[in-house]
Amino acid sequence: MILKLEDHFWVDNMDIINAIVLLLNYIFVPALSYGSQLALGAIFVSLIYGILRFAYFTAGDLMSFGTMFTILFTWYFQSLGISLGILPTALIAIPFGIVITIFYVLVKDKLVFSYYRFKKSPPVMLAMVSIGTMFVTQAIVRIVIGPFDRRFFDGEKFILKANEFKEMTGLNEGLTIKSTQVITLLVTIVVVSVLFWFLNKTKTGKSMRAYSDNEDLALLSGIDPKKVVMITWVIAAILATIGGTLYGLDKSFKPFTYFNNMLPIFAAAIVGGIGNPFGAFLGGYVIAFSEILITYAYKKFFIYLLPESIEPDSLLQLLSTDYKFAVSFSILVVVLLFRPSGIFKGKVL
Amino acid sequence: MFFFSGENMTGGYGGADIISSCTITVNRGEIVAILGPNGAGKSTAMKAMLGLLNLKSGKVSINGKDISKLTPQDRVKEGISFVPQTRNVFTGLSVKENLEMGAFLREEHIEEIINEIYELFPVLKEKSSQIVGELSGGQRQQVALGRALMTKPTVLMLDEPTAGVSPIVMDELFDHILKVKKTNVAIIMVEQNAKQALSIADRGYVLVTGENKFSGTGKELLNDPEVRRSFLGG
Repeated sequence: MILKLEDHFWVDNMDIINAIVLLLNYIFVPALSYGSQLALGAIFVSLIYGILRFAYFTAGDLMSFGTMFTILFTWYFQSLGISLGILPTALIAIPFGIVITIFYVLVKDKLVFSYYRFKKSPPVMLAMVSIGTMFVTQAIVRIVIGPFDRRFFDGEKFILKANEFKEMTGLNEGLTIKSTQVITLLVTIVVVSVLFWFLNKTKTGKSMRAYSDNEDLALLSGIDPKKVVMITWVIAAILATIGGTLYGLDKSFKPFTYFNNMLPIFAAAIVGGIGNPFGAFLGGYVIAFSEILITYAYKKFFIYLLPESIEPDSLLQLLSTDYKFAVSFSILVVVLLFRPSGIFKGKVL
Repeated sequence: MFFFSGENMTGGYGGADIISSCTITVNRGEIVAILGPNGAGKSTAMKAMLGLLNLKSGKVSINGKDISKLTPQDRVKEGISFVPQTRNVFTGLSVKENLEMGAFLREEHIEEIINEIYELFPVLKEKSSQIVGELSGGQRQQVALGRALMTKPTVLMLDEPTAGVSPIVMDELFDHILKVKKTNVAIIMVEQNAKQALSIADRGYVLVTGENKFSGTGKELLNDPEVRRSFLGG
């Protein structure tokens, strides 16, 4: 009798571990990498909002622009036979993509945005202008590389395969960790740490925060607005190219998907408190986890946890993955209605 | 010959003239108060001296040098510092960062000047790493003064420093302004609290519709029956 009870408990424990691994595999690991990619986008949207004071609708397409050039350089390096071995070749192409994207945003600023800034146009007008530059950027991407879905990942795809994990642990559920997920996380940690060090510790970074905080007083203190604006664009180009390339490596590069990603990116920036880069960083994860938690089908999870008699028949999915954008959209609306300054008190839109 | 002066200033923000033939002068180590009813052009006169306003006629000069044609940024380099009435601190930055931003154009000796400011306003040293948005109104005004003093100005202009602070904080703030005066800085302030302002000011100007109506030492103005009747409430 006693033996049987223990036996029963042991099986239950295994089920719980299987259920946890299941969630790790399908929710936690993917959300962490997707969240990092959104966070990089949201940070620069938030920075541009804080310093240039408008909603930058070109964000998604700037990411696809930077990624496109990274892909072109990747192909070029591949044709020369240069590779990083187990790491994707795109990693050495990123700096070149960044340089071209920086050049592009600075030219765009000089030709388009500076005119409206000089005229002291209202933020809404600048946002409309950025929709214009969005269409132009989209067109450039489609002319140069085309609208198709492309994969440019090379190197070792998996760090941990499901089968290996099962063999190692003897569990039913496998845990897969793709190398792109680890690369995404590591690169994000490095980039975000450097960025926050720059904003909080260097004189130029502090002057950018001061300018975002109180423009008139910044001018009275002798802070050069041209320099602040230029550095903001440079940071935006760097983050857009890195974030876009990481997303493309992890999934695939399709310009339209990047355009669509603008919604979760803006949602992340607003959840975190727009104009607050650290809030945007955390906002990226809030959006990614909500999206995946809500669109995941929990059937298997409950089969592990519940006794056979009450096992679910349906998929137990709150929302189909086709509607994942509805999640960010709902979060966006709820935040704007009930807490427009975001979790971390940014500016009120 | 005054250290810093705006003589016969006439001008406005494009439309009608807000100040006409208005003259304000100040010497180093002296506090001058600009008083007057609402809409008299007090702040406008100060902004004209700072260069935020184009003058139709008149002359602004510091230490004998004509600076009428300089931009506000260039006048800051000539040693003029300004504390606006509102939004005069970076609320999202720490106290120390606010002071550092005040000395943005300076390359050297920033730490030394920060220490001088800490001696002048000891509370700022205590709170140096705190975010300014979390400080009390009186402490914020000290940050604003400190930030303005980071350029080591010879002229400090204050636009209604006591607006919206409690009477206790106001007294404290005037003490701080007197401390700044002792460092041989010329101080011009626009004030609504005329009586209190005249009690610490060496001289005062009363403006009415943009023109000098009365001027004199603080005591003279306080004791002038006409000034008392019109502006000090009897």
